[in-house]
Amino acid sequence: MPALQRILSTTEGRLAVIAFGVFIAMALLSPDKFLSVQNLTSMAFQFPEFAILALAMTITMLTGGIDLSVVGIANMTAIIAALILTNVTGSGDGWAVLALALCVSMVVGMLAGLFNGILIAKLGLPPILATLGSGLIFTGIAIAMTGGSAVMGFPVATAWIGNSTVLGIPTPVIVFALLALGVSLVLTRTGFGIKLRMFGTNPLAARYAAVNIDAMLIKVYIFSGALAATSGMVVMSRANSAKADYGSSYLLLAVLIAVLGGVNPYGGYGRVIGVILAVLSMQFLSSGMNMLQVSNFARELIWGSLLIFVMIMNTWRARRA
Amino acid sequence: MKIDWSRNETLVALVILGFCVAAAVSDPGFLSISTLTDLLRGGIVLGIFAVAALIVLISGGIDVSFTAVAAFTMYVTAMILNAAAPWMPWWAALGFGMGVGACLGAFNGVLIAFFGLPTLIVTLGTMSIFRGTMLTFIGQKQITTLPPGMRDFGRMMLLRGENADGSFYSLHGAFAVTVLVVILTWAILHHTMLGRQIFAIGGSSESARRIGINVRQVQFFVYIYVGALAGLAGIIHASMARVANPFDLVGLELSVIAAVVLGGARLAGGHGTLTGTILGVALIVLVRNSLIVLGIPSTWQSVTIGCLILIGTGLPAWQAKRAAARAA
Amino acid sequence: MPDALVTLDGVTKTYSGITALDSVSLSIVAGEAVCLAGENGSGKSTLIKILAGVEQPDRGKISFSGQTQGPLNPRISAAAGIKVIFQDFSLFPNLSVAENIAFSAEIGAGARLYRRARIRDLAAHTLQRIGVDIPLDVAVESLSVAHKQLVAICRALATEARLIIMDEPTTALTEREVRVLLGIIRRLKADGVAVLFVSHKLAEVLEVCEHVVVLRNGQKVAEGPATEFDAALLTRHMTGRDVAATPPAPLPANAAVLMTVENLNKEGACADVSFTLHAGEVLGISGLLGSGRTALAKALFGLVAPDRGTITLNGKRIPTGNPLAAAEAGIGYVPEDRLTEGLFLTQSILQNIAIGRLDAHSNAMGVLDLPALMGGARDWLKRLSVKTANPDDPVRSLSGGNQQRVVLARWMARSPRVLVLNGPSVGVDVGSKSEIHGIIADLAAQGLGVILISDDLPEVLATCHRVLVMKSGRITEEFDARAVSETELAHRLAS
Repeated sequence: MPALQRILSTTEGRLAVIAFGVFIAMALLSPDKFLSVQNLTSMAFQFPEFAILALAMTITMLTGGIDLSVVGIANMTAIIAALILTNVTGSGDGWAVLALALCVSMVVGMLAGLFNGILIAKLGLPPILATLGSGLIFTGIAIAMTGGSAVMGFPVATAWIGNSTVLGIPTPVIVFALLALGVSLVLTRTGFGIKLRMFGTNPLAARYAAVNIDAMLIKVYIFSGALAATSGMVVMSRANSAKADYGSSYLLLAVLIAVLGGVNPYGGYGRVIGVILAVLSMQFLSSGMNMLQVSNFARELIWGSLLIFVMIMNTWRARRA
Repeated sequence: MKIDWSRNETLVALVILGFCVAAAVSDPGFLSISTLTDLLRGGIVLGIFAVAALIVLISGGIDVSFTAVAAFTMYVTAMILNAAAPWMPWWAALGFGMGVGACLGAFNGVLIAFFGLPTLIVTLGTMSIFRGTMLTFIGQKQITTLPPGMRDFGRMMLLRGENADGSFYSLHGAFAVTVLVVILTWAILHHTMLGRQIFAIGGSSESARRIGINVRQVQFFVYIYVGALAGLAGIIHASMARVANPFDLVGLELSVIAAVVLGGARLAGGHGTLTGTILGVALIVLVRNSLIVLGIPSTWQSVTIGCLILIGTGLPAWQAKRAAARAA
Repeated sequence: MPDALVTLDGVTKTYSGITALDSVSLSIVAGEAVCLAGENGSGKSTLIKILAGVEQPDRGKISFSGQTQGPLNPRISAAAGIKVIFQDFSLFPNLSVAENIAFSAEIGAGARLYRRARIRDLAAHTLQRIGVDIPLDVAVESLSVAHKQLVAICRALATEARLIIMDEPTTALTEREVRVLLGIIRRLKADGVAVLFVSHKLAEVLEVCEHVVVLRNGQKVAEGPATEFDAALLTRHMTGRDVAATPPAPLPANAAVLMTVENLNKEGACADVSFTLHAGEVLGISGLLGSGRTALAKALFGLVAPDRGTITLNGKRIPTGNPLAAAEAGIGYVPEDRLTEGLFLTQSILQNIAIGRLDAHSNAMGVLDLPALMGGARDWLKRLSVKTANPDDPVRSLSGGNQQRVVLARWMARSPRVLVLNGPSVGVDVGSKSEIHGIIADLAAQGLGVILISDDLPEVLATCHRVLVMKSGRITEEFDARAVSETELAHRLAS
């Protein structure tokens, strides 16, 4: 079947088959629970927060870099927003305070990304070390601001981002969909998107082609910081609290999803659709396993195995070609 | 002796010295045997991990799974020995742990050396696999009754004594193991051809292949050795803590790599020294244990370590960038 | 007749459908020096890799001293005494000179322990044997190119060598250093060691050779005693045609000055370089590897920041050390190493061209006008007649000549005023080479200034109006390309 072969010849095609297969398998194994409205909604509330981090990871990986500070940025911005929400008293439901908190945390996220970008572009630190160090600093600032305890008690409006629906669709999904669309457009329709992929393919050639590398790298990490801050807002709203060490396993998960989604960790190749399919596969797998009463830790095992399996498949195909 | 100011070792040593002077000024009690033994104690497990991470970095790879290997090993070993071989003496328990760790390392080794997958991705994946397997199929509860061998080892002290103020200090026997690991690794790296081959493949794996070095074999050894060291560190950790908690250790990997990089090892491979690694570990332990002495609250610990990493890697990176611009 | 040291019989090797070596036979006897001549891409490197055991042939037989060999690997080849000095030297930058020299010897001897004293002795001894003095304990990354080559030669000699294969041995050496090398070769031959020189410019080494083999497009096209060959005949066999060097028509006397370079200085790379470039002129800059020619090229395009000196284009000073400013001012640069510096190998052919025009085709928000961008790139593919089935294929699927045209197209699409071409025809086939020369002539005819940096002297003489000779970072001489012969120029370069 040439049509099937064509689908299977691309990373995204194989992933689509995997995602679909997992969905069918879970639906067959536990039809009444997996396909229930309640489960589908709960899945839709769960995945956006780490899926947004995976988008951030994707754009940095496209340049051949990595952003290990995304969880640190998410938590730091969430705590700053939370402190604003709990300390600034607004009138009414707190929409004005919420808007203020969102703006401030977005700016902080972008500043954190700017910091990473300067370390990497101007000082020449390897991205892995720069963001490892800055991630510790951002987490540390979050701890220092709160002493490590959770910040709670937000105005009612806060719940809108992470805990409500618009026309029956959970808001986090809408946020994620808009961001995914935005990232996808930036990557394919702007000079910036093409430059960052070309840089990821061959940094030296990009320099020799007179690409403004420093400006591009700084923008990439600012973009990543902004996405991380958005994820932080979704987490804060959904959990209705902010904590300095929330979601530390999300870092691994974000890297994993990006790589699973076909993003080349050495840079140069990656598509948003692949990342979305990887996110869905992961979410179907883990919810399905939840239904089947498999422990939370088995998810980690399966994620890891899936990652290695996909990498072996990709390398094997590349070698044969 | 001429001091080479461009080396990371010098920089880290100076920071340690500065830290100690500042600490001694703000609290004269800082300069005591018990501070020293506390620091040494803190460096036992971290030191073995750092040596393991150093070898991988020299070979041109990166391993983030060693803490998961350590946790898996200590938990499984404690369980197996309790159930099947409680008679096993402490040294055999350590050996058993190294064996378990080496097997897990071999798993990494196969994927990296024979399938040619990128090291960061492989070890990220195996980290989840090891941890997930342990927590799903083996258990999640702490093992509070360790097998006798590990219990014996946990009580072994190299020296103990009483301070002037009546408090006690002691140095754990496991410190000797860390020293042995450092010596063994030093011997391998600097006195065997295998060690030189590790440096060679880190410098240029293509050149290594061309002069007939079996790159796969060397890589395979590296990951097995790292696994064995991680297993050893796991057993030591459980013995000293007198409990095998499956949730321990994981999360430490990036700090360990940070310590090694602070000591001058390069992510690109081919460079790194044991002296630098030991200094890097010392600095991290110092910050963890004694930041409070300088009047910095312990909540600022990770900010401090983050800044140290950025300065420690940023200065040489910046120097290299300037040198490259100068050199044309 | 004794068995030949090494015999290849009908060796064939293909890489993903492309035949790199086509049924090549060759034999080398002890104490003999053989020239293996061929242009880049003729299959020379593949042949070396097969002899070294790094690659396996698809078909054919290899025998050492009359014994047919099974599949080779680097250890078997090394044990048989076959030592390759690769063009990139394949040294370990992070290890010391002594270790680099003695490493393969120790591996070959099956040593398990690292015996420092022994290694230093062996290294010192080998260095002494070829009469050079390099400190044993410095890291190889800090050595000069010529010293790196000497270390590589010592590594080959450190163990029992029966055949030494030298890949492009003279590109980095001055005439004096070449003489030292030839002296070493003579001594080796007297000891019964065979030498295989592999190069695209072999005139220098012909005098020590007994035998010449010429490859073209993977096939052996000529073979015979060295006495029957001279530089011109070699070139004819390598290229398959008489390269009639027809220098371009002289520049009109009133050609306007386009670019002025004054006192461009970079410590350790180029010293007070000054020259002018006229509109419509092709200016050759020639020099040995390490003469500063590449540093100068990069400095012109801002990739190297000079300590002092100015570049003026059309009367306007261009900020130095900034490739963006240089590109903005209308300077283009086609780099020396197409694969690592010029191309984004896995990206599409169109994107490789379009990268130069991203800013011109995006609106204020940075959103691209994709149809215009890609349409423009397609036009350039046609204008430079790049042969491709599908412009969306990755650029690495193209041949060397077509790849080079893609890099040229990227710059030409920006309508530059000055193009700096660093070795524009390295690694392209003969047909493409003359087409690229045609493109250069066209560019000049349109009034561009072209700076051609090359050590391919026939190319320089065939395309340039003027030639500057560079030595140890200085412009030492200037020639009218019509008034100088290739031999004369070669001598000036290397003396």
